[in-house]
Amino acid sequence: MKKTLAASMLTLMFAAGGAHAQDDGTLAKIAELGAITVGHRDGAVPFSYYDDNQRPIGYAMDLCARVVDAVKLKLNKPDLKVTYMPVTGTTRIPLLANGTIDMECGTTTNNAERQQQVTFSTTNFVAGVRILSNQSNPIETMADAKGKTVVTLAGTTSVKVINVANTEQNLGLTILTAKDLAEGMLTLETNRAVALIFDDVSLAGAAATSKTPKAFVLSKQPLSVEPYGIMLRRGDDAFKALVNHTLEGLYASGEINAIYAKWFTQPIPPRGINLNFPMSSQLKNVIAHPTDDPNPDLYR
Amino acid sequence: MSYNWNWSIFFEPSLDGTHTYLTTLLWGAGWTLATAFAAFAIALSLGSVVGVARTAPQAWVRALSTCFVEVLRNVPLLVQMFLWYFVLPELLPDELGTWLKQLPDAQFYTAVVCLGCYHAARMAEVVRAGLQSLPGGQRMAGQALGLNLAQTYRYVLLPMAYRIVVPAITSEFLSCTKNTSVALAIGLMELTGSARAMQENSFQIFEAFSAATTLYLALNLIIIFAMRRVERLAVVPGYGTPQKAA
Repeated sequence: MKKTLAASMLTLMFAAGGAHAQDDGTLAKIAELGAITVGHRDGAVPFSYYDDNQRPIGYAMDLCARVVDAVKLKLNKPDLKVTYMPVTGTTRIPLLANGTIDMECGTTTNNAERQQQVTFSTTNFVAGVRILSNQSNPIETMADAKGKTVVTLAGTTSVKVINVANTEQNLGLTILTAKDLAEGMLTLETNRAVALIFDDVSLAGAAATSKTPKAFVLSKQPLSVEPYGIMLRRGDDAFKALVNHTLEGLYASGEINAIYAKWFTQPIPPRGINLNFPMSSQLKNVIAHPTDDPNPDLYR
Repeated sequence: MSYNWNWSIFFEPSLDGTHTYLTTLLWGAGWTLATAFAAFAIALSLGSVVGVARTAPQAWVRALSTCFVEVLRNVPLLVQMFLWYFVLPELLPDELGTWLKQLPDAQFYTAVVCLGCYHAARMAEVVRAGLQSLPGGQRMAGQALGLNLAQTYRYVLLPMAYRIVVPAITSEFLSCTKNTSVALAIGLMELTGSARAMQENSFQIFEAFSAATTLYLALNLIIIFAMRRVERLAVVPGYGTPQKAA
């Protein structure tokens, strides 16, 4: 039993290694297949989510559409087929690694641990970890939550941030971990926790789309900084250069401002909600000096 | 496939900063085990009561137990988990609801009750099948000896029925262990939840889920071996298909 298991595990590993050797770049693959597959999320408002026609739309999708245009131009294939595939936090890595999707356009944070597995384009958004709480019982800093229950999303950098604060400031917090943003929001709404701690832009989206947007308040000071990028396969410099060149072109021409405004400061489909989330100084800084560095300290 | 295997990830510190990923996975396995055992204890006892009620002579008792079984068995477990965790406290009086929400490890208790009830409905059917597999003469013989209804069940019918359905109980137990993974939907950091959290941060998804698979397999194999013994001890010599009694 054990032997078979070990053997199949080994086969898997070698198969993975073998396929890697013959992998000769995303651009070559796209040219050969005549198709590019874009991975997207289903509910990351306003980055990558479904509109009322079940089409993926959003800020990240707009940026990726520009990348697709650049690929068409580069390969001289104006009729390149573009397919969209929804991915989740759990499926995005295997689907990118095995070549099902060519890039992931969502809200994936670029961090050093993840660089072992994938690579990221030039940073296209800078989120901050902040605290969402009830207007009637506002939590501005971690210390305000002392002795209370807070909720965050399992497996995210926020877990680390909260644990560090909890130990350093001796807060005696009860930390719940929700599976996803919807569940985290439900935990806050039903008063199971006094605060939901996560990336500010997602919190703003969740609060704006909730039944009572005015009942929630977002803290002012970010607890940490999260650079987002388009997730790409590692070791494919040609494709990454094309993606970065496209993004940096948008930054240099100032077109990025219009794309940003379209999703963050104007009413967005499907319900015409306006997130009122003006561009942060951190993102302005990235636009002036594009970088794909995962080190959060560089973005502060 | 462009995937970077890194089996030493298990010994790297997890998100809480103090424990390794391996420790968090083992904790996850601990929650899984605790949830499975507690839920199955409820399933076995409540399921027996409902199973007996399903064969009771009184029509209203039968109707009530049938309702219990059909509602709990036909609503998806994930939906039930949500209802127990997010909806039930809102329906209760304010004080009771708040108390429930502030209970430490509320996810664990909710998962145990929810899984316990779901599997109780399924166990009830197993117990009923056992009872109905007995020839009608046994019930009559019990009553003819002057036993009342409760005594007939206690001394004649149930001892036989249980021994017949042990293999079915084994597979219910295994399902119950695997179904604990649904509790991740309400934020219980059981084995699947901790594997998911591990891959979410480290992106070492295959390592995380290989470990989870191995742990689930090991847990269930232990249960199977233990239940085999029970099956051998419980076999009714000379009843049904001839078998060698141990």
